[in-house]
Amino acid sequence: MTTGRPLIQAQGLVKRFGDFTAVDGIDVEVHAGEAFGFLGPNGAGKSSTMRMVGCTSPPSGGQLRILGMDPVRDGPAIRARLGVCPQLDNLDPELTVRENLTTYARYFGIPRRVARARAAELLDFVQLGDRADSKVEPLSGGMKRRLTIARALVNEPDIVLLDEPTTGLDPQARHLVWERLFRLKQQGVTLVLTTHYMDEAEQLCDRLVVMDGGRIVAEGSPRALIERHATREVVELRFAAESQEAFAGKLDALGERVEVLPDRILIYVPDGDAAVAEVAALGLHPANVLVRRSSLEDVFLHLTGRTLVD
Amino acid sequence: MTAQLTRDRPALPRVPALRVLEYHLVGYRRTWRAGAFSSFLLPTLTVLGFGLGVGAYIDQGVGGVTYLEWIVGGLLASTALQVAIAESTWPVFGNLQWQKIYFGQRSSPLRVGDILAGHLAFVLFRVLTSVIAFLLVTGVLGALRSPWAVLTVPVAALLALAVAAPTFAYAASVDSDSWLAMLFRFAVIPMTLFSGVFFPVESLPLVLRWLAYATPLWHAVDLCRAAVLGVAPYWSVAGHLGYLAVWAAGGWLLARRVLTRRLVV
Ligand SMILES: Nc1ncnc2c1ncn2[C@@H]1O[C@H](COP(=O)(O)OP(=O)(O)O)[C@@H](O)[C@H]1O
Ligand SMILES: [Mg+2]
Repeated sequence: MTTGRPLIQAQGLVKRFGDFTAVDGIDVEVHAGEAFGFLGPNGAGKSSTMRMVGCTSPPSGGQLRILGMDPVRDGPAIRARLGVCPQLDNLDPELTVRENLTTYARYFGIPRRVARARAAELLDFVQLGDRADSKVEPLSGGMKRRLTIARALVNEPDIVLLDEPTTGLDPQARHLVWERLFRLKQQGVTLVLTTHYMDEAEQLCDRLVVMDGGRIVAEGSPRALIERHATREVVELRFAAESQEAFAGKLDALGERVEVLPDRILIYVPDGDAAVAEVAALGLHPANVLVRRSSLEDVFLHLTGRTLVD
Repeated sequence: MTAQLTRDRPALPRVPALRVLEYHLVGYRRTWRAGAFSSFLLPTLTVLGFGLGVGAYIDQGVGGVTYLEWIVGGLLASTALQVAIAESTWPVFGNLQWQKIYFGQRSSPLRVGDILAGHLAFVLFRVLTSVIAFLLVTGVLGALRSPWAVLTVPVAALLALAVAAPTFAYAASVDSDSWLAMLFRFAVIPMTLFSGVFFPVESLPLVLRWLAYATPLWHAVDLCRAAVLGVAPYWSVAGHLGYLAVWAAGGWLLARRVLTRRLVV
């Protein structure tokens, strides 16, 4: 799968804002055709990393090569081959949907005729073809997001950078974006995305790093991370009491690990149903019982002691 | 390397700023009517109101020409100033703080200088179309005494850069748009009133006169008035042009620095 040099190569990459270190020496390699993710809570340093990779923010330390080039010296040449979907849309609300694409295409030296053709094609791809001539202002959040993604594809980029592509979208809009990104992935486009949704990371990423406080705390495929840092299943118990703590001690022996959250207790076990039976055998009666497969959320909880989204 | 990486790509634009200008023009297609009103109809009404209305009370004219003829060059320069500053205050602030357009442009191959130059090129376009329209109307009214009046066009262009570049720097550096209203209240309006547009600066007390000399506007007013009347300006032409060029160059450097600080974080 990995041919030749990595498209993105970071070693000890650092970003500081004054005294504050937002990205604290991370090592990352992304290869052609991969869908690579940065998973982490707010403030983990995901956007700071994406801006350095996008060559709009100079690194404060470490090594960074994008497409074999130096982001500080070769910024324009690299950016010509990147597609960027920033965390916050920066479309022109006064222009039409189509004009947002065609004017942007011109920055890359794309001839007008080609720009128009490509805009039409991309608007169909993100299912905005029927809105081509309407202004951007009244579009829904999901539509704007899809337009921003279309804009990121207008130069047929070698790498597409997506900073929280679906944050703030309703579930339906989110699934539509996922479906489009999945299609890009199938076409062999290299995707780099950030998210604090574990389901997004699980569905889209071949490989990801878990970031927290500017550092990488784990790396691997979603499956491998779950296997390494979690059990196969999780039992969630909710007791109808003020504090869950009181019950935790009694459950310690049941699983490989027990996590106590303010509103529930998680027991990490190979077999959920068996564990539920043991809870009943102990004479405990939780108000709520849920058995589920473990997820990246559990990996994050295990590594940092915190949940991804509060 | 994969086939994907060796794909043919269009060459990057030779003058990227022109692509930024193109973007601004596409937006302007939608709003030009409102823009045309403020930058063309308003000065025309001012010419009529002041030149004919006030002129009727000034029987002896100014220095041997009618008040209308005297004021036209100054009003032209002041129109150029108004348009140049209007296009480099709220639009710049909005593109940085509200719609974040400049950040989007910066994710493309454009460099900070291209984004700045493209915006200033659009300001020039707005100023030049306004000034040409102004010349046509005042020409039809018979208010232009000399064919040298065409030289007001390049003067207006230089004035536009001399004020738009530092204004861009200002608008890009402030954190609240109330600072923009202050610029008009404490700089643009006093400058318009006391830089020889409506009356000769020689009638001002000495201190104010030197303040007028320091503004870029007065230099353009003196040049434009001389061109419209077909006489020599009060100062040397080279001195005026040089002074305006210093403002433009200094403003450019300042604006590029401020915009870089904003966009490259
Ligand atoms: N321009 C900036 N100036 C100062 N601090 C910043 C700046 N950008 C981000 N930060 C800080 O860096 C940390 C990481 O931010 P960010 O990269 O946006 O994280 P994430 O995208 O993972 O939420 C945060 O604490 C944020 O406040
Ligand atoms: Mg972020």
